[in-house]
Amino acid sequence: MSSVILRTATRLLLPLLLVFSAFILLRGHNEPGGGFIGGLLSAGALSAYALAWGPAEARRVLRVDPRTLLGAGLLCVCAAAFAGIAAGREVLTGLWAPFEVPGLGKVSTVLLFDLGVHLGVVGATLSILFNLGED
Amino acid sequence: MTFLHVLMASLVVSMFLCLYRVMAGPTPADRTVSVDILGVLMVGFCAVLTAMTGRDVYMIVGVSWSLLSFVATLALAKHLEGRSFDD
Repeated sequence: MSSVILRTATRLLLPLLLVFSAFILLRGHNEPGGGFIGGLLSAGALSAYALAWGPAEARRVLRVDPRTLLGAGLLCVCAAAFAGIAAGREVLTGLWAPFEVPGLGKVSTVLLFDLGVHLGVVGATLSILFNLGED
Repeated sequence: MTFLHVLMASLVVSMFLCLYRVMAGPTPADRTVSVDILGVLMVGFCAVLTAMTGRDVYMIVGVSWSLLSFVATLALAKHLEGRSFDD
């Protein structure tokens, strides 16, 4: 049984770190940052939560299986790769949407690729961590 | 030789003292605490770099480091107490 201070602190830090990882994911186009680092930040936040509350509770907070996140990430990466072929260009060509999404700016297949990397890193790290912690 | 340079040099000296404690520390608890202090010094180093260069990248590195530096200490403290991950 962990201490009350640790449990309260990790519960407050978890949403903060998830927002921060989304910020790092979105700024990582031309500047340092991106999907991989954002994914590692999310995984670090959830591993701190799992250290304080136990892996079973962390799985419940995550709501989906980490392997599902991994598969969704690979699907996003594949969709971003084959969007170029669907538009009649080469594989992995970056395509930008002609409209602007409020808060995000111009969305692109590059952002979809980064989102896939983010989900893949979170899924892989957390499935390793939870499986190591639960036996 | 500005104030920031002196600040940075003193941070680097403190980091080397911490690294010495990591190598020489007699107990695992000493090493854990000194690695934690190394993280705090690194956050200070990032803040000094932000003030020197004016780029916000270093500040973001410092913020993420300070938010996540406790995880390693937490895990090592739990290990030193002899408890498992899901205890």
